[in-house]
Amino acid sequence: MPTYALRRTLQAIPILLILSAVLFAIVKAAPGGPLAAAERNPNVTAEQLARLRDRLGLDQPIYVQYGKWLVNFALAGDWGESIKFRRPVSDMILERLPATFLLVSAAFVLMLALAVPAGVIAASRPYSWFDHTLTTLSFAGQSVPTFWLGLILILIFYIWLKNPFTGEPLFPAGGMGTLGADRNLLDLLWHLVLPTVALSAGYVAWYSRFLRSSMRDILNEDYVRTGRAKGLSERAVLFKHAARNALLPLVTMLALDLPAVFSGALFVENIFSWPGMGRLFWDAARGRDYPVLQAVVMINAVLIVAFNLFADLLYGLLDPRVRYD
Amino acid sequence: MTDAVLEREPVQGGAAVPEGMLRQVWRRFARHRLAVASLVILVGLIGAALAAPLNPYDPNAQAPVDKLQAPSAEHWLGTDSRGRDLLARLQYGGQISLSVGLLSTLLTLVIGTAIGAAGGYYGGWIDNVLMRFTDAFLTFPTTFVLILISALLRELPYPQLKNSVLVVIIVIGALSWMYTARLVRGLVLVLRERDFVIAARALGASDARIILGHILPNCLGPILVNGTLQMAFAVITESGLSYLGFGIQPPTASWGNILEEAQQHIFRAPWLAIFPGALIFLVAMAVNYIGDGLRDGLDPYLVRGAKG
Repeated sequence: MPTYALRRTLQAIPILLILSAVLFAIVKAAPGGPLAAAERNPNVTAEQLARLRDRLGLDQPIYVQYGKWLVNFALAGDWGESIKFRRPVSDMILERLPATFLLVSAAFVLMLALAVPAGVIAASRPYSWFDHTLTTLSFAGQSVPTFWLGLILILIFYIWLKNPFTGEPLFPAGGMGTLGADRNLLDLLWHLVLPTVALSAGYVAWYSRFLRSSMRDILNEDYVRTGRAKGLSERAVLFKHAARNALLPLVTMLALDLPAVFSGALFVENIFSWPGMGRLFWDAARGRDYPVLQAVVMINAVLIVAFNLFADLLYGLLDPRVRYD
Repeated sequence: MTDAVLEREPVQGGAAVPEGMLRQVWRRFARHRLAVASLVILVGLIGAALAAPLNPYDPNAQAPVDKLQAPSAEHWLGTDSRGRDLLARLQYGGQISLSVGLLSTLLTLVIGTAIGAAGGYYGGWIDNVLMRFTDAFLTFPTTFVLILISALLRELPYPQLKNSVLVVIIVIGALSWMYTARLVRGLVLVLRERDFVIAARALGASDARIILGHILPNCLGPILVNGTLQMAFAVITESGLSYLGFGIQPPTASWGNILEEAQQHIFRAPWLAIFPGALIFLVAMAVNYIGDGLRDGLDPYLVRGAKG
């Protein structure tokens, strides 16, 4: 397996290189490069402009520029400087990452907490009203636009429903904490509820359907019949024997879907003013801050490659029947 | 599957699917009640969008006096922040959103089928190169790249790129063909070894004729089902992009960009948030159900009720 992991990692490198070259070209092609402001400024002399160009290495051949950028990006952790804020992009992104990770992990916890029991129950009672409801919900979950769900949640839980004791909105409409109040965990969790629900709703439905179908297969296995024959409770059969095995493919699927959850977070952060990476990306796109855009896209691409690899390897670890050749 | 496929093999060219088979598919599709209902809803929505000229209101006529009016007899679905009739905007926006969904799906299917069929049929290094290319596209974080590209295209000094509808169609199509390509490649890999393909080759048919006339007609079903999934994805993606301000540009209405100002006015005008999103949701759901019905319709072995 180590050789397999190594080979897969090596295969991923050219793909990331292609992507990085494309991104580099995009940023190069973009109008309003690093010198745009200086070029427009009448007080900047031609000589100063030339010196600036020299300092930024813009007079070198394009492949030399790309090579330098790549080495800086990948090895030195230097992701360039934001055009708008004149700050290192790496600092800006690192500031925002914790908020995004918090949101994404909360969504994952909610997905599993709801999807696993729902899928197991639906599989144990196929074609019951519960199963049919779940099927309908899974179609709805697949079809609902995340950002609209966010808006509707705000409408219901911030505007329409009020806390009967205080008359305040039931849940806040945005941000990570109440303005002016002390930061505490409870307040943070309270702000986390709606964004988490908006982000995970589609996946809950999808995963419970997925789990249902793998449970249906497993419930026909001999060891399940054995379990029942020796008098185990239905609960033990379902959750201890069957669900554990049905979860295997789900684990890989979670790993493969993680990057998609990050793009979902882009919308959710935007609606709920959640100060994460997605919000940063959107602001940067509006301000045409290309170095920031480039870095965020690159990070997400690396995430996708890494999690594809992770999913492959994890599957082998969890299921000894899988062989790598 | 074998019999059905072999039977219709002698048919060539345009009329690849004989009437009898279409009828069978329809009969099985019709048993999926939700799929039929979805088809009716979708056709109804398309009709409503096309009926836009019947609406007396101009979707772009601003009337600040009438801004943010609640639904009433005059304005059935209310007005937006510039006093424009929401129903009229939704109808014209529907034309845009539905055509973007449909056309970008067509583009996706054409690119994906071409790449998948070429890879699967020729194999060898061609397949290798095409599949690595597909893998590379699959690592693109699609939403982020979509936004990056549309942000960039707006800045380039070419006026034709300002036509945001065309740009959005092309960009969505160009970034979502990979699943179709993988699907078609897999199908072609199996089909190219079948006797009828070998027979066609023995008769001296050209590669193009074999692929277009013999192999692809047999892939039509799975491609169609894939197309419905893609269409739902495309409608949601377009609206998401437009909502973020990187899709269809105002004043041209689309269901997504009507939602753009909805959050700002959500206290005074919740209908601005509810209606456009509900339409996107309805279309995506209808298309997904139609895909489910098609899957049933195209699967001759399916016995309904014994599924799963």
